[in-house]
Amino acid sequence: MAILECTDVTMSYEGVNVFEHLSFSLERGDYLCILGENGSGKSTLMKGLLGLLKPSSGEIKYSDGLVKSEIGYLPQQSPVQRDFPASVYEVVLSGTLNRKGLSPFYGRRERKLADDNLKRLSITHLKNSCYRDLSGGQQQRVLLARALCATKSLLLLDEPVTGLDPVVSAEFYGLISELNHDDKITVIMVSHDVKQSVAAATHILHLENKTCFFGMVDEYKKSSISDQFMNK
Amino acid sequence: MEYSISEMMSFTFMQRAMIVGVPVALCAALLGVSLILKRYSMIGDGLSHVGFGALALAAAMNLAPLHVAIPVVIISAFFLLRISQNSKINGDGAIAIVSSSALAIGIVVTSLTGGLNTDLYSYLFGSILALSKEDVILSLILCAIVLFLYIFFYHKIFSVTFDENFSLATGTNAKAYNMVIALLTALTVVLGMQIMGTLLISSLIIFPGLTAMRVFKSYRSVVLSAAVQSVICVVVGLVLSFYMETASGATIVCVNLACFILFSIVGAIKRR
Ligand SMILES: Nc1ncnc2c1ncn2[C@@H]1O[C@H](COP(=O)(O)OP(=O)(O)OP(=O)(O)O)[C@@H](O)[C@H]1O
Ligand SMILES: [Mg+2]
Repeated sequence: MAILECTDVTMSYEGVNVFEHLSFSLERGDYLCILGENGSGKSTLMKGLLGLLKPSSGEIKYSDGLVKSEIGYLPQQSPVQRDFPASVYEVVLSGTLNRKGLSPFYGRRERKLADDNLKRLSITHLKNSCYRDLSGGQQQRVLLARALCATKSLLLLDEPVTGLDPVVSAEFYGLISELNHDDKITVIMVSHDVKQSVAAATHILHLENKTCFFGMVDEYKKSSISDQFMNK
Repeated sequence: MEYSISEMMSFTFMQRAMIVGVPVALCAALLGVSLILKRYSMIGDGLSHVGFGALALAAAMNLAPLHVAIPVVIISAFFLLRISQNSKINGDGAIAIVSSSALAIGIVVTSLTGGLNTDLYSYLFGSILALSKEDVILSLILCAIVLFLYIFFYHKIFSVTFDENFSLATGTNAKAYNMVIALLTALTVVLGMQIMGTLLISSLIIFPGLTAMRVFKSYRSVVLSAAVQSVICVVVGLVLSFYMETASGATIVCVNLACFILFSIVGAIKRR
């Protein structure tokens, strides 16, 4: 049964369409990579999937009991202000917020989860540092840890390895595959790394010039749309 | 000095000023941190001017000031919040228009009807003489509500303030928490208006948070520092205002300014 269904979705900003008539569906445990040039609407689609921006026509539907509080999300550019005083731990812990319902305080489970994810991204030593004083790559890891804390069944990542060094990127891709395999977490990732995407994903969505390709990885490799992109 | 501290505290008006001033300072500081970080500082300012207009109207119509001011300011808070969230219109400009109009209407009504029962000066810059017994009780109840809601929603407020899109996307009702922040701010502004004066109440909201951010770097330490230092500034300010016979709001703001300068120096030294 599909957990996410997009039917005939068109998204636009102030009347200008970014992409038109996009339809696809994902099942629990799928791993979708979204490819496409700069400005093709990948981030816009993410916003649509997250309900931050309404499609101008068509429908985006979650089913199979998926609720918003099970979603983890890593934005491409976080609008976090430069001068915001927050420790790394506070930021990561805030990812667990929706696991605890109405209760006003974090419990031992949430703290453990935050600690685990700090360890996973090897930033435990930064726990008490100030978020705004970190380097770009370190900040990215903190936001990734927060996204992992929030994820129960669906993880949306918009260019997650931006700013990460090659070693950490490779580790991170491994981590995502692991979550996808072992914990059956559905992953939707925007990426510019075609080789990695094709290797790790089960499905590819390629946005280009308002036409789009959606299908399994094997079909993508054979399709004409992948040629120019893969050979680059 | 003419009076000792204990003699000073035996005056009913001074007791009332302290009883109202301390919890209001606490609420203002807590909310202030969120308002600064959300770039909503203008809202506090706008609300205080609207509050002044409401007080003037209440006086003109012979109604209890707070009974008019509380609902009017709460409604305006939701309105101003909407304005500043709407990216299509120029939020700052719109808020400036609302607040200066409210102030102007207040002044015109006051002059036409022969004035407020206390003088205009103390409404604008604060007075420790103005509080009635009913004000004190109402203030305590409302402050208790503000504090309770703030503590209860502390983590949600942090999340919504830090990254609104993330909270929205992961199922936090960010709009509702923005409303909560606006509501709590409205209550705090109305309560603080008499001691601080309508022109200066917004600085009680803004100063402690900004001061704390000079030195502290985690959200919790900023919030705690702002709260403690705001309460100290209000107490010191009220005492000074008693001895020097100056407007209480203005005195408190001066103490806050001194504190800000002190923290800035400490921050600069720490960073080196
Ligand atoms: N807030 C906005 N208002 C108006 N137009 C926008 C807005 N955000 C994006 N656009 C436009 O929508 C189009 C798609 O933008 P989007 O950010 O989705 O691209 P993208 O595929 O994520 O690109 P990139 O690879 O650079 O991240 C672009 O042409 C952009 O100009
Ligand atoms: Mg993008």
